[in-house]
Amino acid sequence: MWEIKFSGFGGQGIVRCALITGKAISLYDGKFATMTQSFGPEARGGACQSQLIISDNRVLYPYCTVPGVLIALSQEAFDLYEPGLGDGGILIYEEELVKPSGDAARVKRYPIPATRFAEEAGNRLFTNLVVLGFFSAVTGACSADAMKKALPGLVPDRFLSKNIAAFDKGYEFGVAQSGAVAAGAAQ
Amino acid sequence: MNDVVRTIDDATFRKQNPMAEFLRMERMPHIWCPGCGIGSVVTSFAEAVKESGLDMDKIAVVSGIGCTGRVAGYVKFDSLHTTHGRAIPVATGLKLANPELKVVVFSGDGDLTSIGGNHFIHAARRNMDLLVICVNNFTYGMTGGQMTPTTPTTANASTTPYGNYEYPFSLPFLADAAGASYVARWTSLNARNITDSIAEALTRKGFSFIEVITPCTTLYQRRNRLGDGLDAMQYYHDDADIEHGADTRNVGIDYQGKIKVGKFVDRQKPTYLEAVNTHYANVIGDDYELYGKTPPEKKAEEDAKKAGIDDLSEADSTTCDSEDDA
Amino acid sequence: MPQPRRLVEGNEAVAEGAIAAGARFFAGYPITPSTEIAEVLSRRLPQVGGHFIQMEDEIASIGAVIGASLAGAKALTATSGPGFSLMQESIGYASMAQVPCVIVDVMRGGPSTGLPTLTAQQDMMQARWGSHGDYRIIALVPDSPQECFDLAVEAFNLSETYRVPVFIMTDETVGHMHEKVVIPPADQIQVVERNWHKGPKEEYRPYQFTGKDVAPMVKAGDGYRFHITGLTHDERGYPALTPEQGKKVVTHLIEKIDSNVDKISRVEEDGIDGADVVVISYGITSRIAIRAVQDARKAGLKVGVMRLITVWPFCEQKIRELAGKIKGFVVPEINYGQIVLEVERCSAGKCKVISVNSCGGAVHDPEEILTAIKEAAK
Repeated sequence: MWEIKFSGFGGQGIVRCALITGKAISLYDGKFATMTQSFGPEARGGACQSQLIISDNRVLYPYCTVPGVLIALSQEAFDLYEPGLGDGGILIYEEELVKPSGDAARVKRYPIPATRFAEEAGNRLFTNLVVLGFFSAVTGACSADAMKKALPGLVPDRFLSKNIAAFDKGYEFGVAQSGAVAAGAAQ
Repeated sequence: MNDVVRTIDDATFRKQNPMAEFLRMERMPHIWCPGCGIGSVVTSFAEAVKESGLDMDKIAVVSGIGCTGRVAGYVKFDSLHTTHGRAIPVATGLKLANPELKVVVFSGDGDLTSIGGNHFIHAARRNMDLLVICVNNFTYGMTGGQMTPTTPTTANASTTPYGNYEYPFSLPFLADAAGASYVARWTSLNARNITDSIAEALTRKGFSFIEVITPCTTLYQRRNRLGDGLDAMQYYHDDADIEHGADTRNVGIDYQGKIKVGKFVDRQKPTYLEAVNTHYANVIGDDYELYGKTPPEKKAEEDAKKAGIDDLSEADSTTCDSEDDA
Repeated sequence: MPQPRRLVEGNEAVAEGAIAAGARFFAGYPITPSTEIAEVLSRRLPQVGGHFIQMEDEIASIGAVIGASLAGAKALTATSGPGFSLMQESIGYASMAQVPCVIVDVMRGGPSTGLPTLTAQQDMMQARWGSHGDYRIIALVPDSPQECFDLAVEAFNLSETYRVPVFIMTDETVGHMHEKVVIPPADQIQVVERNWHKGPKEEYRPYQFTGKDVAPMVKAGDGYRFHITGLTHDERGYPALTPEQGKKVVTHLIEKIDSNVDKISRVEEDGIDGADVVVISYGITSRIAIRAVQDARKAGLKVGVMRLITVWPFCEQKIRELAGKIKGFVVPEINYGQIVLEVERCSAGKCKVISVNSCGGAVHDPEEILTAIKEAAK
């Protein structure tokens, strides 16, 4: 079972990341996924977080208890949620936006210059897809194939290929960084 | 029942009554007091329906609570006696689920403009296809003569025993400002005018509003020492002046003051459903199936299609068609 | 057409379920956390020949739903606590006039404006007793987006069958939770159509007060010239203001539901036989409770689970029977203890009844439920 928290600030596509992963898992990877999000005034701009539980069986408790993966795309999100990340968990962060503090050995840290990669792929709006590709490679929680299948309907049709390119960029970087976690490999 | 003094028996009387076609005769006698004006308005309504030639099966009457709220229970149409103030929302749902219906709301001043005031202005704003007839007797009759939003300043009511110190609504002004497409006012003395007005409004699309000033002899008249129903008729005769097209800003009613009557507003603009259909047809295009087409309309459209006429012109029409309301 | 398998939130699933059930009219007013239902239906209903209208308030919304239903449409509205409170008078009217309609209440923390964005199950008693007078309604509680879809269909079926307002009592968590929802092909969804009057027009009576059967209906505009009122009425729908008729009408409103509890009520059970403790829960809380039950079973305790899919009418008989056999009930709810009152009433002191309340805002920590299970097993 995976407990994953996506976090950042409004407008970064945080919720979209969780939706794509949730759809990929539950429709194309044959597992169960439950996605929830912070909602209400606090979800308009400012800090933003979304939670995804992945399981081989039906998910009962819909929220993270002790997240095993944290994706932090803002300093605020890191400061807020990193302490809650379980020991030995995976921390993925945008290295130009987050300066991690605290015990570097407590969790596995995976920095990525996602915004720069996205700009290279055409537009910084694709940052979240770069991160998703990276997430997929680093954690193996969800196959790259399923992720790509999940994209139509969740990203604008006319930007589909660019989103896939951004995803691939992040994925390749992730494979290189983590010493190759095969696509789709279960933990 | 003393049959001796009757020339015809009760059952025959009910059957042969000229109103039998329009009223649920088995529910007579009604509960309204002698001298009350509600009955006159119902009679005018029945006459107007007769004049209009509308299919009576396609007319629905919706009322709220109160003396006027009882109208729905007496008229022989599909009739809904709803909760206090909510006649208009229920009428709205009825109309939208079956646009073929001509939906008429019968409501008193308290029901329509106090507890139901919000619905009144919003139905007018939307130009919802409803005919709203307000029997305004300046008081809550059913509960014993309390002040309403139309009670003139200084008038006595059971909850203003020292005289009313609030400003009243001028209902034609309210309806006009909120967007009604037809607004008229009469007194219950003007039976013919009420009939004509209702008959005309029945041919109009959109939100039509007719206010009828009526006496509440038991409560308002008596509490203000204004005499009986006949005295009220005298007052209307002396002080009600017809002024068609009057600026609705100037038709407020002071206590026992002049009453301006007439047709104040008669404008054509798309109804709610026409606006819905026009908009969706523009946005969605040919794939959009117009909502609420009546069976005759559907047939006409098919015929037109067969004849090779561009059927989309129908969707672009934004003017009221006074011919076809059934 | 909606895709057959999708990742959607509970609110969207309710909307799709309503459409699948044949609902073609929605009137509503924006309120967190139910608004997505209105948003989805504002987009979807025009695509299926239905109509969406945003009314001026919740009172108008339920009014329009009642009007639409009487014109023959399957109609619904959706709201949350404050709007649900506003609708109560007309819910009583729909009960009295026996107008089929469906009301979705996506529960949030109260009282008053309370916790608009946070979850709760605080309207359960209001659903039951919210309007004045004696009457019965049906309330269903989904625990997932899939069940939001399924129960929306069932809600309309029950509403049409019994001519009664049916509530879907969901909550912020389920409403906003995304999960896979499978939408079956239309021909595999069982849809109950209204029981339309078929005999001669003269014989039509909008009501009967047998306590069991539900009178057939007609549509406004079909030439029956029917009358409907919220006053106590006779078979013709005409006011009949006597104590005798009052008794007849109220008894019917109650009996048509109570005498059919077995047909209406759905309860999911697991491990009840031989259990020492039974956990009774509904909606999102039942998922949390299962986790606690799994832990308790690992610790060797004999724990059964009852999940109330239908909360109203309440499964009284089941509770009465169980009460004599077990050590105790544990009732977790995201409120200060509402359905637990029913459990206490029905168990009549024969076993322990432990309420695990949470005053709204968050789902339980499974540990709290586990502690109560251990307490009940003592």
